[in-house]
Amino acid sequence: MREPTWFRWTRRIGLAVLLAFTLLPVYVMLTTSLKPLRDVQSSFRWWPSRPTVRPFFDMWHTIPLARYFVNSLIVSCLASVASVLVALVAAYAVSRYRFRGRQVFSIVVLSTQMFPGILFLLPLYVIFVDIGNSTGITLYGSRVGLIITYLTFTLPFAIWMLIGYLDSIPRELDEAAKVDGNGPMGAFIRVVIPAAVPGVVAVLIYAFMTAWGEVLFASVLTDDSTRTLAVGLQGYATQNNVYWNQVMAASLIVSIPVAVGFLVLQRYLVAGMTAGSIK
Amino acid sequence: MVDTVERSTRVAAPGTPVPRRRRRPRRELLPYLLLAPAILFELLIHIVPMGVGVFISLLHLTQFNLHDWRHAPFAGTGNYRVALNFDQAAGKALLHSFWVTFAYTALVLAISWLFGMAGAVFTQHTFRGRGLVRTAFLIPYALPMFAAVITWNFMLQRDTGAVNHILVDDLHLMHSRPFWLIGPNSFVSLVLVAVWRNWPFAFLIITAGLQSIRADLYEAAAIDGAGVIGQIRYVTLPMLRPVNRVLILVLFLWTFNDFTTPYTLFGKSAPHAADLISIHIYQSSFVTWNFGVGSAMSVLLLGFLLLVTGIYLSAFRARSDDYA
Repeated sequence: MREPTWFRWTRRIGLAVLLAFTLLPVYVMLTTSLKPLRDVQSSFRWWPSRPTVRPFFDMWHTIPLARYFVNSLIVSCLASVASVLVALVAAYAVSRYRFRGRQVFSIVVLSTQMFPGILFLLPLYVIFVDIGNSTGITLYGSRVGLIITYLTFTLPFAIWMLIGYLDSIPRELDEAAKVDGNGPMGAFIRVVIPAAVPGVVAVLIYAFMTAWGEVLFASVLTDDSTRTLAVGLQGYATQNNVYWNQVMAASLIVSIPVAVGFLVLQRYLVAGMTAGSIK
Repeated sequence: MVDTVERSTRVAAPGTPVPRRRRRPRRELLPYLLLAPAILFELLIHIVPMGVGVFISLLHLTQFNLHDWRHAPFAGTGNYRVALNFDQAAGKALLHSFWVTFAYTALVLAISWLFGMAGAVFTQHTFRGRGLVRTAFLIPYALPMFAAVITWNFMLQRDTGAVNHILVDDLHLMHSRPFWLIGPNSFVSLVLVAVWRNWPFAFLIITAGLQSIRADLYEAAAIDGAGVIGQIRYVTLPMLRPVNRVLILVLFLWTFNDFTTPYTLFGKSAPHAADLISIHIYQSSFVTWNFGVGSAMSVLLLGFLLLVTGIYLSAFRARSDDYA
């Protein structure tokens, strides 16, 4: 059917408004990161009076940005890799075996996804402190504590998504591998995992993004030496007399890795996320 | 060894059932072994803390006895009575916070869905640059939330921010520069930022949903005389119902529990007008150090969310039975 004129114009105007709304902060972030300090201390201007890349160098000295960055990188990488490994074997069990408790496991794991984080925060804090006092394993204030917390937060969605992915891989592949003399784990490692790579990568990115941006638990479970970017940068931005050009430069730098990863892999993520809702 | 035997049997006679009795015990252990790490982490981080949280909600727990929390005096339902006594300060504040969160969730949900729907329908048919537009729409969702909210924080500054510059200097809609991050306007700011952040998710899911609608349905509707509006009303919306059902529940839970947006925008203590429930509980636990009452409020929040989710799901189950 041909598009009526009124609808074409509604569409164009609607898209333009949505685009402006969506891109305004991105524009502000980009241009402000290239402004000299005096531009951000007076009334807002659309374009830097004299574009400069100084904020990208100065930002490392104003706050301990490098330390936050390293902390975030270590925590997010390890948490996402561990989450994928744990989720993958669990999803394999649910997808390929019929066993007692299978249903209960899926329901319990999925429902933890909806529980408010604020409910776990204080208990987790006292449990971490208790474990530290009784066993000497430092979880409170350490990266390890944050890593296992984040890995668990991403587990429900990761398991759910990987079950969907593994279900779509024909069982005949496993059977063929077993006929070739592999045990169940051999079939899993040699055949199923290679076939599930897109799903694995999507879950990896999802888990990384979650850990990279988490604020609530990081604000309580870290100390000065283990503080992550999300909390460190926020703490600086809500002070008085903020060097906004440097904050915008820092925000840009911390956004690029995740944003590129997401936009490149959005197809896989969408496929995984919608599989459950359309079925 | 067993594998070899079974393999040869299978190759010899594919139709014959293989005797499995000897294999079964080993087989049944394996799935549990595979699940063990996941169960371990779920127990340590989700299940046990939840039990501890419920336990703490029954204690008089403050910063003075936190180090010895297991021996804190028992409060019974005392903390719940404090939280739910709407005549007193704590209860009144909780009730206020609940209504703020409710209004916030309703507005963010409605606007995000509307924007997502509009964006998805407007990009349903191909045009030049559609791929670029779609990618641009996803940017808010792809950015780390804290970086995006910090940018909004800058934009909403009274004297140096872009929002006041647009409203006052460019469009001359206002004469004086309003404050956006303190006072009553902070609620507007919160909704604005949350919509910016959440509508791309609605867009993403609805776009995926639209792709599963068959083109001949639209053709049939067009032959029956339906225009653009009619097609949206009689084809798009009904076909999207299952997708919308999940989308709205997910958005509801996210928005209602939202902590990152208010915390990153306002810091540890939110303005009165934007006192969302999660930040309210956070504040009563970690700023005023009243852990028992804070935990009681968290348990009440969980109960409320379970109730709403339960009603929502069973309402739809009842309705979808009619179609089946």
